[in-house]
Amino acid sequence: MTDLSSAFSKAIKLLIDLEPALVEIVQLSLSVSLSAVLLASLIGMPLGAVLGLFRFPGRGVVVSILNALMGLPPVVAGLFIYLLLSRAGPLGEYGLLFTPAAMVIAQTLLVLPIVAALTRQTVVDLNDEYAEQLHSLRVGPFAMIATLLWEGRYSLLTAVLAGFGRAIAEVGAVIIVGGNINHVTRVMTTTIALETSKGDLDLALGLGMVLLLIVFTINGVALGAQHLARRGQA
Amino acid sequence: MTESAVSRAQPTPTRTTRPSLLPLVLDGVSFTAGRQTLLNDVNLAFNAGALSVVLGPNGAGKTLLIKLCHGLLRPAAGSVNWSDPAAARRPDAQAMVFQRPVLLRRSVAGNILYALRVGRVKRAQRPARLQEALALAGLSAMAARPARVLSGGEQQRLALARAWALHPQVLFLDEPTANLDPAATRRVEEMVGSIRSTGTKIIMSTHDLGQARRLADEIVFLHQGSVVETGEAAAFFERPLTQTAAAFLDGRLLW
Ligand SMILES: Nc1ncnc2c1ncn2[C@@H]1O[C@H](COP(=O)(O)OP(=O)(O)OP(=O)(O)O)[C@@H](O)[C@H]1O
Ligand SMILES: [Mg+2]
Repeated sequence: MTDLSSAFSKAIKLLIDLEPALVEIVQLSLSVSLSAVLLASLIGMPLGAVLGLFRFPGRGVVVSILNALMGLPPVVAGLFIYLLLSRAGPLGEYGLLFTPAAMVIAQTLLVLPIVAALTRQTVVDLNDEYAEQLHSLRVGPFAMIATLLWEGRYSLLTAVLAGFGRAIAEVGAVIIVGGNINHVTRVMTTTIALETSKGDLDLALGLGMVLLLIVFTINGVALGAQHLARRGQA
Repeated sequence: MTESAVSRAQPTPTRTTRPSLLPLVLDGVSFTAGRQTLLNDVNLAFNAGALSVVLGPNGAGKTLLIKLCHGLLRPAAGSVNWSDPAAARRPDAQAMVFQRPVLLRRSVAGNILYALRVGRVKRAQRPARLQEALALAGLSAMAARPARVLSGGEQQRLALARAWALHPQVLFLDEPTANLDPAATRRVEEMVGSIRSTGTKIIMSTHDLGQARRLADEIVFLHQGSVVETGEAAAFFERPLTQTAAAFLDGRLLW
């Protein structure tokens, strides 16, 4: 009991002092997950829009795969990227395994289906509403994609935040492809797992609080976005 | 110096220099859904100038006819022919306002600017076109408001202003006042009147007899998917040629 409360006060002191070890880990976590979300959005939004707007052979299969991949277990994603990037794997020559780049790739794989599937649904709904009006204005296919993505911006923000929430909180993928190497690939979730198993609770608790704060913030922003969307704000 | 700047900012009256799209001729046009024939062998010619009203009860096929003319639907049989088909595809050729206004999730001004941008109106001309369209709709004071929080009447005026901002030669209006109260209806009708006075050809539908009397130069009377009668408006209202039209004018038409 005294152990726990002393760990708590040490954790809070780490936060207040902005302890360099903690700051380093938080920074790496944020940059890995934000990069993954950025990449996943750049690929996933156009992909989702194309899947929602255009008919082509194999579209149904791609949509089913995307929907299924929304529930892809992080350890499986990690294993898959590990096999790709390992020495013997097809991308082994780039030496990316156990680097932050590998972690970005693995998290991109986790976030991409969420962003693409939610974008597709958003675009399908908006297209029902706007298709005739946009055809009447002679809007071409690419401008149509851009228009619908912009009209769905609040829903898309929610999708991106959901993706970020998944990336920042997962441990299975980053620990496999990153290896949890001190000062190199150690992020919040992997550190919490390691420190807790060692019985060193203060850093784990401090990072846990940061993680909680981030997740609360994401939810707050998502709620705000939905509120704005309902009011039809420009 | 300021004077010339101002006159250059005015929208240029390009109408006279454009190749004319009209007449618009419908030749044996039919439209089907499944086994149902919703429009049956429609033959019509819309000429420049006159304001044409497609009149008919609910479900007569007015919306289908307007969408076929505008090119949003393809006829199952027959053809829709503009006198200059290439010109009919230009962004300033034709515009349409839908029965339920479809507004973008942007400001009032943003909606009009969007149409100007996709309609390839030159950047330098857009501010003047925007102000002109806002003024026409009486929405200048609401330019910055999110479009989708406007009242029904304001939304319909914005949709009309957005369509007209492109300075189309032909403007299709599908029951522009179907869901509006009398005051809002009057404001929309005033807008339609001003647009018409610029020389724009207006083809509109309505089931509202009073509105048809107030606005129409010529009538296309549609009933159960067929054109029953066409003609000059005053004559149509005074001496309808068919029993169906007479019954509709008396409010006795059961569909
Ligand atoms: N895609 C479709 N499939 C089947 N039936 C349709 C379709 N579109 C329209 N209809 C039917 O065709 C008929 C004519 O429809 P339309 O919308 O043109 O009527 P309208 O004259 O505009 O009526 P209103 O005054 O109520 O707007 C209606 O009976 C409608 O139910
Ligand atoms: Mg209709």
